Amino acid sequence: MNNVLQMVWLIPVLPLIGFLINGLGRKNLSRSVSGFIGSGTVFLSFLVSVYVFFNVRSGNTHVAHYFDFINVTALKIGFDFQIDQLTSIFLLIITGVGFLIHVYSTSYMHDEEPKDFAKYFAYLNLFVFSMLLLVMGANYVIMFIGWEGVGLCSYLLIGFWFKNTNYNIAAKKAFIMNRIGDLGFLLAVFWLISKVGSVDYHHVFEFVSNTKTNRLTTFDITGITMLLFVGAMGKSAQIPLYTWLPDAMAGPTPVSALIHAATMVTAGIYMIARSNILYTMAPVTQGVVAIVGLSTAILAATIALKQNDIKKVLAYSTVSQLGYMFLALGVGAYTGAVFHVMTHAFFKALLFLGAGSVIHAMGGEQDIRNMGGLKKYMSITHITFLLACLAIAGMPPFSGFFSKDEILAAAFEKNPILWGVGVAGAIMTAFYMFRLYAMTFLGKFRGSHEQEHHLHESPKAMTIPLIILAILSVIGGWIGIPEIFMHGGHRLETFLEPVFAQSNAIAENSHLSHATEYMLMGISVAAALAALVFAWSKFSKYQKVEKEETGIGKVLTNKWYVDELYDAIIVKPLLSIAKYFNNIFEKKGIDGFVNGVGKAVNYGSRQIRLLQTGQVGTYVLMMVLGILIFFIVQLFL
Amino acid sequence: MGITQILFWSLSALALFGAIMVVASKSPVHSILYLIVVFFAISGHYILLNAQFLAIVNIIVYAGAIMVLFLFVVMLMNLNAESEPKKHRMLQFAGLISGGCLFLVLISALSETPQASNLVQMGGGNSGLIKELGKALFTNYVLPFEISSVLFLSAMIGAVVIGKKEK
Amino acid sequence: MEIKWYIGLALALFCTGIVGVLTRRNSIIIFMCIELMLNSVNLLLVAFSKMHAASAVAISNPNVVTDAQIFVFFIMVVAAAEVSVGLAIIVMLYRNTHSVDVNFLNRLKN
Repeated sequence: MNNVLQMVWLIPVLPLIGFLINGLGRKNLSRSVSGFIGSGTVFLSFLVSVYVFFNVRSGNTHVAHYFDFINVTALKIGFDFQIDQLTSIFLLIITGVGFLIHVYSTSYMHDEEPKDFAKYFAYLNLFVFSMLLLVMGANYVIMFIGWEGVGLCSYLLIGFWFKNTNYNIAAKKAFIMNRIGDLGFLLAVFWLISKVGSVDYHHVFEFVSNTKTNRLTTFDITGITMLLFVGAMGKSAQIPLYTWLPDAMAGPTPVSALIHAATMVTAGIYMIARSNILYTMAPVTQGVVAIVGLSTAILAATIALKQNDIKKVLAYSTVSQLGYMFLALGVGAYTGAVFHVMTHAFFKALLFLGAGSVIHAMGGEQDIRNMGGLKKYMSITHITFLLACLAIAGMPPFSGFFSKDEILAAAFEKNPILWGVGVAGAIMTAFYMFRLYAMTFLGKFRGSHEQEHHLHESPKAMTIPLIILAILSVIGGWIGIPEIFMHGGHRLETFLEPVFAQSNAIAENSHLSHATEYMLMGISVAAALAALVFAWSKFSKYQKVEKEETGIGKVLTNKWYVDELYDAIIVKPLLSIAKYFNNIFEKKGIDGFVNGVGKAVNYGSRQIRLLQTGQVGTYVLMMVLGILIFFIVQLFL
Repeated sequence: MGITQILFWSLSALALFGAIMVVASKSPVHSILYLIVVFFAISGHYILLNAQFLAIVNIIVYAGAIMVLFLFVVMLMNLNAESEPKKHRMLQFAGLISGGCLFLVLISALSETPQASNLVQMGGGNSGLIKELGKALFTNYVLPFEISSVLFLSAMIGAVVIGKKEK
Repeated sequence: MEIKWYIGLALALFCTGIVGVLTRRNSIIIFMCIELMLNSVNLLLVAFSKMHAASAVAISNPNVVTDAQIFVFFIMVVAAAEVSVGLAIIVMLYRNTHSVDVNFLNRLKN
């Protein structure tokens, strides 16, 4: 009974301890101590996660029950952790990448006051804790706790430099957008409780997959999955709730890397992958997921083509890549989605950290039009950034190639049109990534002289994580080599098999012929390569020119005017309604009522005062009349 | 109709007549004299009820002391019918109506009670005699009796203080 | 004699007193009307005591008749004290306003 995995509570508790020490002692801790505590606790978690991973790999999965969280009549929700293959993969990503980013942050945030520095690490540890809670929970309620926790930390970290109003607005936007999604999640949980009577994963999934006990109608299951997907939309920045993610770049760059690229935004993917059986039972939702994912991928990619802020490009690229993951989930390629989450965590974290290194060197400059030629100043950053670009562009044998190819192949199986659009997105990805790369590192330096003088390679605490992540970006895909290259090469699929077994059993599996698969791969790689070369040649000799964008370029620069559209159709009407209520309902209605009571009393008493003649005779008369009425009522009525 | 009844009705008529004249007469001195008539009539009722002690006390205290005090004050102020303040007609009418209504209401309410026709012991019984009341007053009620003397003292001091000329 | 006649007489005197209070403005007359009302109540109390003297209540508790008449006695005591103070107040009033009209006493208005 005493499973060795009962001790998994250590994994989230360690960062929690770090959070408490850093948070409570932030006024007394020096930078090095708080940095050490922040990184150290996450590193210990990582070690435990590795241990857990090997345990799970040898076939040991476990649901650890700690205490009853909610216990109301028939509804029992335990504080349980579920450790299985999917969880252990996410644990490794979160703690591993999280640790590297913590180490990176110790150097990146070195200019902060010790107090703020400790606060930053406290937030970061709290985030890791919440994220771990999210992936380890054995039911939707525990997941929701983590879900809200990461939302909170995201808000806190986006608004970390809270003295800047714009950053606060960005933080607020992220929080509100997330809340919209959270509402969907919450409704789905309520729906589950009312229909199934439990939120434990294994109860729900058994209930749903067992045709005998399954009393859910198609409407129920479609509704639940749709609402869950709304939650995922908010957290994972999909249409229509994606606009917060680019604005979230207001936070420190390592935060963007950890939260808004590698981990938090993949929570939606995790949730759907976890609920895969529900989605397999609801083909309508799956279709919606695929279409939303694909359109997000394309839309974000087009916007990324014209952005000039280094972090904005990466942000839209993240949104686009998340779209791919949802496409994978929508076509039933759950393994592909998880695989892409993993590889994306490596190369996107690397890109962000690289960008952070560049920004650090440029003294806060983020506009790529003012960069260029950084190759000779920052060789490690340059090399690692190039590797990451190749990975995200899907060049073999880098990791992005394997995961993206798996998704596209699955999309082709479902519908060739999905594949076609997906490839178009991949081409754009290659183009904008290499536009970014070329404008940043190639050509001549276009910044000011002071900036040029200041340029330097970042310290070791920043470059070592870059190197480790670069290695992972290159070789990370090798655990999922397709069957056609190497028999039994897709070790990730074998590993995750138990989690998705039920779904795979239900969905009909038609395998593509090898020839088709080679052809698909060839087309996408060739197209991406062409885009890459075009971008490289076009932008490596980029000169700053001042000219207004016209036509479609202008639309893209302005992000399809989506923010303006939301502003016009949601924010403005809401504000005017609020203004209306404030002016009319609040002032006239509520205030009018309250003031009216006061005025009525005032006026009434002024009138009634006239009755007080001050003459004893009248008072006595009134008294006698009162007695008279009293007697009549008492004796006759 | 026995002698008791005849006495009862005639005393009642006298009391009511006196009461009405107290209210109706213009001169305050006449009012006082009519009030003394009322008190005498009521003392007569007490005697009919064989409450001899109260009858005597009523005459001594009310008709004797209190009414003399009233008369004294009225004469001191030299009040007469001419200086009598007039009240508004409507208010007088309203007072009359409401007082009459109160009377009717109480009469109609109380005449319905089952005890309305209980007999009152006329003449007999010795509980109203001075001997019985004196016993009760100096045994069970000795404390209130003594306290009432303090009340009189304070009333006297109060009257003196109020009536003193302001300096 | 039946008790209802006493009730009727006492009520008639009492209401006459009330009418007097309501219709007159002379404070001395008003004061006298109050004395009238007190006397009507006294009469009623004595009548009730004698009513109980004839009933079963007096047999179980012989003190009941005496007690009622003691109450009347104390009412007279208090009334006497009240009259002395009240007349002193009226005299005081007359000295200040040269009138016994209660309508001059309208300070309660403000």
